[in-house]
Amino acid sequence: MLDDFFIRALVAGVGIAMVAGPLGCFVIWRRMAYFGDTMAHSALLGVALSLLLELNLMVSVFIVASVVSLLLLFLQKRGALSTDALLGILSHSALSIGLVIVAFMTWVRIDLVGFLFGDILAVSEADIDIIWGGGILVILALVYLWRPLLASTVNPELAEAEGLKPERARLFFMLLMALVIAIAMKIVGILLITSLLIIPAATARRFATSPEIMAVLASLIGALAVTGGLFGSLHWDTPSGPSIVVAALALFVLSLLPLGRPGRASHSSHGGH
Amino acid sequence: MLNIRSPDITPLVSLTNAGVRRNGRWLVRGVEFSISRGEIVTLIGPNGSGKSTTAKTAIGVLKPDEGSVERAAGLKVGYVPQKLAVDWTLPLTVERLMTLTGPLKGREIEEALASTGMLHMAKAAVQHLSGGEFQRALLARAIARKPDLLVLDEPVQGVDFSGEIALYELIKQIRNRTGCGILLISHDLHIVMAETDTVVCLNGHVCCRGTPQAVSQSPEYLKLFGRRAAGALAVYSHHHDHTHLPDGRVLHADGSITESCFPGDGHHHHDGAENVHDHDPDCGCGHHTRLHGYESAEKRDA
Repeated sequence: MLDDFFIRALVAGVGIAMVAGPLGCFVIWRRMAYFGDTMAHSALLGVALSLLLELNLMVSVFIVASVVSLLLLFLQKRGALSTDALLGILSHSALSIGLVIVAFMTWVRIDLVGFLFGDILAVSEADIDIIWGGGILVILALVYLWRPLLASTVNPELAEAEGLKPERARLFFMLLMALVIAIAMKIVGILLITSLLIIPAATARRFATSPEIMAVLASLIGALAVTGGLFGSLHWDTPSGPSIVVAALALFVLSLLPLGRPGRASHSSHGGH
Repeated sequence: MLNIRSPDITPLVSLTNAGVRRNGRWLVRGVEFSISRGEIVTLIGPNGSGKSTTAKTAIGVLKPDEGSVERAAGLKVGYVPQKLAVDWTLPLTVERLMTLTGPLKGREIEEALASTGMLHMAKAAVQHLSGGEFQRALLARAIARKPDLLVLDEPVQGVDFSGEIALYELIKQIRNRTGCGILLISHDLHIVMAETDTVVCLNGHVCCRGTPQAVSQSPEYLKLFGRRAAGALAVYSHHHDHTHLPDGRVLHADGSITESCFPGDGHHHHDGAENVHDHDPDCGCGHHTRLHGYESAEKRDA
């Protein structure tokens, strides 16, 4: 039953989950879920442009997602509209422009559902190389940026005052997000990438006592969700993206149950007194 | 060593006619002061008077739109911001908070936590701390990195009156032990830390500046605050030559009214005879009567 394409999807998916874990923690801590969504939605515009201009798909998606995040930074600085209104405008217009361009290109046949919800059949060996190569790059960058990113998450002015560079860290963080979206798109799909970032991190929160532990746990939980989801996808012939999200949700719900850590939560809150 | 240099000569930070503008409005303008090692400068002023803006400009978080800010080369700042909320989703213990902006040795962490009386809370999540505990944890974090300049933006907020006295005593000890410069922002317009060398009263510009008067010298104050508090607190008397009107304009002592107020407008007499400005109830400075300060102190105590 374990065909080559499935092994490829599994290796790729676990690679993505490893990167999505720590990145997803920052998305939660910095309350950037909607921002991640906006970048992911703009990926379809990247897909359309890659077809139109015959560019590499991942490169094209990475560039479009980066441009959208920079555009958001610029518009935020101008301060005319609130961030969530700007995100709403950017998110849905990027998605719609992508869909419209694709509709105009009658000469290409494109599996829209595959792009939106992920397609495990689409993973090639070259994709795996990119995912693991890019993934290791993202992890290394995160390790390097960890302190300024974490400090500016707690308070950007504090980070700035004490000699870290929060603006630079934020910029790199956005580029890392764009990179992860570009490499994760094929497995999870454009519409569901954010959930792979957020749900494992949210699940990890309950068991974590430090930011670092939470990041590692989120990676492991994500890998578990990807594995479970892909097996389910294969078994029931469901699209891979939603199957992975359902598996991640199942783990999240399990983490909410008051089993596992009897009395720990209440103990720790009074432990200091 | 031949290269003997008194560290007191060059200030850690000095602001010269510094101003910050946002959306076409001056948040603060014409600010001048400097802080040297071992010196405590307290900024006071009503809400929105530009205290935090001034402090942030001094440490380089904000860039001045006019004037200049000079900082000593390699200046190490320890900062306690006015507002700091740690999201519940971020698992952060007091111990982990200590190394937020830079690595520290275990011994340094313990010493700093012990000096603010927070060592027993090292393993507690910061979200579970009370307001006063959190302030002490933040202070411990700021001093643990052994800064040249400690910037404390309303460090006694959420702290009761006796806690405030204890914090001021602690800040004094830190200054005496480490010799760092301290920029303190106070929410109280009349009662400042006794050790303060210079008080700068802001309201969009420097309204007045001076040295506070020791509480312990007046028997009435002693009675009001108690002996322990009297050693930590001092009273600051304002000497203004202008009044801030409710609409933002400024009434000068010479009777003229201007749109704004900054040293270059020719209406000030900072170097001349002292012009004590009468505090009428509409005074935009926010410090109506001197009694106001006592009331707020007593309310906090309750």
